[in-house]
Amino acid sequence: MEITLTVNGRSYTRDVEPRTLLAHFLRDDLGLTGTNIGCDTSSCGACTIHIDGQSVKSCTALAVQANGRDLTTIEGMAEMPGVGDGELHPMQEAFRECHGLQCGYCTPGMVMAATSFLNENPKPSESEVRIGLEGNLCRCTGYHNIVRAVMTASGQEVSS
Amino acid sequence: MTTVEDPPKTPFVGQPMKRREDAALLTGEGKYVDDIQVAGQLWMGMVRSTFAHARISAIDASTAEDMEGVVAVYTGVQLAAMELWIAPLPCAWPVTDDMVNPEHYPAATDEVHHLGEIVAVVLAETRYQAADAAEMVDVEYDPLPVVASIDDAVAGEKLAHSGHDTNKSYHWPLIPDPDALDAAFEGAAHTIEADFVQQRLIPAAMEPRGVLAVPAPHGGDVTLYSATQVPHILKVMAAATTGIPESKIRVVAPSVGGGFGAKLNVNPDEILAISLAQKLGRPIRWTETRSEAAGSTHQGRAQQQKIELAADADGKLLGCRVHIDADMGAYMMLITPGVPLLGSFLYTGVYAVPAFGFTCDGYFTNLTPTDAYRGAGRPEASYAIERAMDILANEVGLSPVEIRRRNYLAGGDHFENLDVPSTLTFDSGHYAPTLDRALEMSDYDALKDEQQRRRDAGEQKQLGIGLCTYVEICGLAPSRALGGLNYSAGGWEHATVRLLPTGKAEVVTGSTPHGQGHETSWAQIVSDKLGIDPADVEVLHSDTAISPLGLDTYGSRSLSVGGVAVSMACEKVVEKAKLIVAHQMEANPDDLTFEGGTFSVAGSPDKTVTIQEIAFGAFTAHDLPDGMEPNLQEQVTFDPPNFAFPFGTHVAVVEIDEGTGGVQLLDYIAVDDCGNQVNPMIVEGQLHGGIVQGVAQALWECASYDDEGICLNPSFLDYLVPSAVEVPSFKLDSTVTPSTSNPLGVKGVGEAGTIGSAAAVINAVCDALSPYGVTDMEMPATPQRVWRAIRDGKAAQA
Repeated sequence: MEITLTVNGRSYTRDVEPRTLLAHFLRDDLGLTGTNIGCDTSSCGACTIHIDGQSVKSCTALAVQANGRDLTTIEGMAEMPGVGDGELHPMQEAFRECHGLQCGYCTPGMVMAATSFLNENPKPSESEVRIGLEGNLCRCTGYHNIVRAVMTASGQEVSS
Repeated sequence: MTTVEDPPKTPFVGQPMKRREDAALLTGEGKYVDDIQVAGQLWMGMVRSTFAHARISAIDASTAEDMEGVVAVYTGVQLAAMELWIAPLPCAWPVTDDMVNPEHYPAATDEVHHLGEIVAVVLAETRYQAADAAEMVDVEYDPLPVVASIDDAVAGEKLAHSGHDTNKSYHWPLIPDPDALDAAFEGAAHTIEADFVQQRLIPAAMEPRGVLAVPAPHGGDVTLYSATQVPHILKVMAAATTGIPESKIRVVAPSVGGGFGAKLNVNPDEILAISLAQKLGRPIRWTETRSEAAGSTHQGRAQQQKIELAADADGKLLGCRVHIDADMGAYMMLITPGVPLLGSFLYTGVYAVPAFGFTCDGYFTNLTPTDAYRGAGRPEASYAIERAMDILANEVGLSPVEIRRRNYLAGGDHFENLDVPSTLTFDSGHYAPTLDRALEMSDYDALKDEQQRRRDAGEQKQLGIGLCTYVEICGLAPSRALGGLNYSAGGWEHATVRLLPTGKAEVVTGSTPHGQGHETSWAQIVSDKLGIDPADVEVLHSDTAISPLGLDTYGSRSLSVGGVAVSMACEKVVEKAKLIVAHQMEANPDDLTFEGGTFSVAGSPDKTVTIQEIAFGAFTAHDLPDGMEPNLQEQVTFDPPNFAFPFGTHVAVVEIDEGTGGVQLLDYIAVDDCGNQVNPMIVEGQLHGGIVQGVAQALWECASYDDEGICLNPSFLDYLVPSAVEVPSFKLDSTVTPSTSNPLGVKGVGEAGTIGSAAAVINAVCDALSPYGVTDMEMPATPQRVWRAIRDGKAAQA
């Protein structure tokens, strides 16, 4: 069926099989491969994107469910309103600054989930950050530096 | 950093430089295998065995063949007839000459030996069509008895491979002096014996494995993109397995989303993709699903250990005797049989033990093959000795701290090039300072006071404090040593450094990063050595067309072998540049100094030239010394004279809820020594992740199989990879004891965290439960196990 949706500020109209997962649509149909797929049970969060500003695991949604919606993927983060061209989003910058990524596979989902989380809770405690990111798995960092990155992005002091 | 010995002061090495890899990975520009799309590609869908051990009686692919988008379905028998391979999948480590090694082909033809073994493949136009069609291939099986555990394998009543009359693959002994070992135990004041289970683990790198094989339009060349840690090894092995000439195979590891050993192999899917692509002339691809991975990617650990210690009346160790039964799984993969051997040398840990003996029996089961998983043999060894030391402390009546202090090699003092009874020479060590610092950082005495207070008050939440001082063996490896262990390859690493005409440095490394940040660290080394800006250094890797020589990344080897090769190649570049400068300035080379990228002549401060300027002169070759080849390009293949032996002390603090048996890791302190550090930020990151993987073994993870060899928790719904909620932030510090195995004095840190942490956590759990007479806790320490231990302990005391 035909769907029309906005991704990173650009409108797309595509014909999709109704069963197509949104994550596969973004990756295989639109070529937006920054959204990674790390599991098949909606457990790892690597595929997290924003739909109308809220974080969603895109492997849990069908492409047709995104019809008429406004999506942001990791490719759209560095161009978000208020950020100059070519500059990283503050959350991306905080991940870089705090060494919050190693292999980078969970990173797009982490950044999207963390950004959405801070929208809801702008000044979280470290414990709240951990709970807020519970749906996103990382195998490299042990989460230590991811938590520091999110705290840094929230403008709060962090321990080393 | 607590500096025990001053590290070298340099502008870049030793600095926590931000990673150059990050920008692409943070913006979605990183290209993993599944991100690469090519025209004309076919998706490979795997039909996998739903039995752990069975005979294939019939395969009906007719429905699948008629489905939309399906190009072909090939059964294992048909694949075998297509002459896609000339040899079985390789095992590069036949540990004994008489090792039993059943042939392992990319697809089964008559008998399957583990859940998930490939029995047929589907080729279709899309991802979904391939998956749909694979579901519709009808396979009939005649079930055979299943060897579903090491105990089954040892009992030997059922056979994992019908064609073999035993489940045992090999017996490997390392007993340098049997008489001395027996004597040590005979006269000992104290002896202890303990059995430990190293449960099966699923490595679970966040990026599932995947392959894409792209044939060239003509000439028979084929490029294999694979989520692999070992493109160089894969290229050699793919040639040997498929018969495609090595010169026609290019292997590329693009961005790779973690490995942890699980991408250190030569897999059926890789061989199928490259062979079918070349045969059919179309690109062939496959991407693993997470739930499929339990049967398509090797697993780790899976050992049963028995360790005995003998000590004198003062608790000083006299002997250590170890036997392990190791679960190979259904087949020998690339280094399956050698993994336990990597640990064999470390069962005496950081301690002076006069007599030592180790034996290992390798057994086949009808489970997914095992192979390297972060630490590969060393976490198992470290766990056994560090758990046993706590048990011995209890037996002797000493504290965990004191038993360790009394037994450290060299009395805990600094040493270099020390022979240990397991036949190795430790490069350097200085153990006591890591213990001192870890105790200080954890406020150990205050923790023990708090523990006592809670016990006295009868509180529901009890405290446990666990210690571990580990040593590990990394920097794989001196090639001769590997030869002595029957390993079929060397342990060197290659680097080429060239200064381009524009003054930029191009560094080609045989190391193959998959998250470790090699580009950043190698640029730091090169910038220091050549005195140029890191922005002027490009690091090329992970593509056998660009980097033809290499032995890849595993065993915490990259820096201490590959990084050292880069450093040495830089020195050769400087030496050649110096000859050019001397020639052009009509100076004696001995009168030239090189600092900060600039050559100057002694006594003539105004006569200077930068190495980047010399690069252009070497390129034009207008004015070089007679007989000198143009260009500034040097290569080094470094074969380390010895392994490297990082070490450290970890302290785990756990809180146990006696009502639920739940274990919470409250605090974790680690003081590690990996020799000189190139990038302390990266070092700490490696430790954070490594620690959590060891903690996860201790508390949560276990690949569970039923009696029929069916995996009960293949997905992330049931296999408990920890999230941020389960773990605390870490308190890290380091000491610096340079290695004597290489000129940079570096060791390795990729696996150290994992090697130290499982023992520290279980020692803490046992410490918390000691009032109930609990002396051991099997991993993972689930709430059920802990609750039952408390219940049984209370009942015994009542």
